Amino acid sequence: MTMPFYVPPEQLMKDRAEFAQKGIAKGRSIVAAEYADGVVMLAENSSRALNKIGELYDQMAFAGVGKYNEFEALRVAGIRHADLKGYSYGRADVAAKSLANAYSQTLGAIFTESVKPYEIEILIVEIGPSPDDTRLFRVRYDGTLVDEARFCAIGGQEDELSAQLENRYQAGSSLNDAIKFTAETFEAVEDKSIGPEDWEAAVLDRTNGRRMFRRLSADEITAARS
Amino acid sequence: MSLELPSGLPLNAHVPADSFYELLRSHSLQPQWELSEGSAQSLAAPEATTVLALRYAEGVVMVGDRRATEGHSIAHRRIQKVYPADDYSAVAIAGTAGLAMEMVKLFQTELEHYEKLEGARLSLEGKANHLARMVRQQLPMAFQGLVVVPLFCGFDEVANEGRLYTYDVVGGRYEEEDFAASGSGGREAKAFLRSVYSEGASAGDALRNAIAAITAAAEQDTATGGPDLRREIYPTAVVVNDSGYNEVDDAHVAELSQSVLEEQS
Repeated sequence: MTMPFYVPPEQLMKDRAEFAQKGIAKGRSIVAAEYADGVVMLAENSSRALNKIGELYDQMAFAGVGKYNEFEALRVAGIRHADLKGYSYGRADVAAKSLANAYSQTLGAIFTESVKPYEIEILIVEIGPSPDDTRLFRVRYDGTLVDEARFCAIGGQEDELSAQLENRYQAGSSLNDAIKFTAETFEAVEDKSIGPEDWEAAVLDRTNGRRMFRRLSADEITAARS
Repeated sequence: MSLELPSGLPLNAHVPADSFYELLRSHSLQPQWELSEGSAQSLAAPEATTVLALRYAEGVVMVGDRRATEGHSIAHRRIQKVYPADDYSAVAIAGTAGLAMEMVKLFQTELEHYEKLEGARLSLEGKANHLARMVRQQLPMAFQGLVVVPLFCGFDEVANEGRLYTYDVVGGRYEEEDFAASGSGGREAKAFLRSVYSEGASAGDALRNAIAAITAAAEQDTATGGPDLRREIYPTAVVVNDSGYNEVDDAHVAELSQSVLEEQS
């Protein structure tokens, strides 16, 4: 009879964290930044079909980096959670805070209980009637929940992007300016220019009516940056 | 494998990916009824009355009156019977108001749910078929006398034209070429529309004819509420065309209603 080796829990968690971090570091990043009317989300993604950014609910968006199948499952779960809640109670009762908590619980449980932790990091963005209502919740692979402000970068190059954004970010800027400085941040960090077809961009905009999420086309990004 | 976690995030994979109804059912939250025979016969639930829709050159106009009745009395004077289904389609309800409104809410949620998950809207045909299934699910209630018969219209982004669908009580779905009406005043409204309908009419003419048809129906049918100038209650009117679902401004409907009333009197 074989006996399993004893692995101290500290070591087990460390190994799992390292494994997840390695996976995430391979993936491309996403940046979300506040502007006057909402939040713009920008990612480098040459696929037109496999999105990293998506609509969750009227005023909420989802962005994920890492393994596509894993964050896609979480995106679907989030939409289900939000739609169920909105249908059972009211549309105004769907809030990012409870959803972010649910994500945090779920990822935490997966990190400790499942065979393999998820190699992802996600961002839940919510806007409200005034700029003070903007929320950027980021959830890490182990369920750690962080409440960010002004801007947030997730994914492989998050540290470099955050450092660059600290200098480039302008509060209360127009959408065009926000696209400009976030795109420039990406290009500065990657040290190359990125073509309009290789961006995936979307906004949550207070002026969009009930469903505030809108994808930006390559033309719009080109126009904004020119 | 089910990943249902205490957090309540529904990660379970056995639910079909894009169906909100199936999701509700997996949580036992779907609308459901277990009634003994004849138990609803004694109920007096408000009934939504007349709605109609007609195609014009670039799309579809849909109009509904505002009255709900309970037996021979007026239950509500200002209910809404025409709703957006999504950005490019509209649904109008006739029949038992409470059930119909719930059906619309579920239909709207279902379409938005699909759109968010799949990243694309259902085809117009797909939406119409789905609504047929929802009407069919009401069949046990229809046997109790609680009937819901909607109208559905939308702009087909592939064929680039407005299309119109009617339903029957068992969930039969019929595409209409010209116009359709449902509810207690539907017969009068259709008779009126038959006399004025012309193919390829402008949006303005179609809207005026639709409001005139509701007004004409209200002349004959007590359950239909025509334009009420004293209380300033006017029919709900929407236009669905290549720019999507657009509600007609209340002031414009009021203006049209007044001129129609003057003409018909």
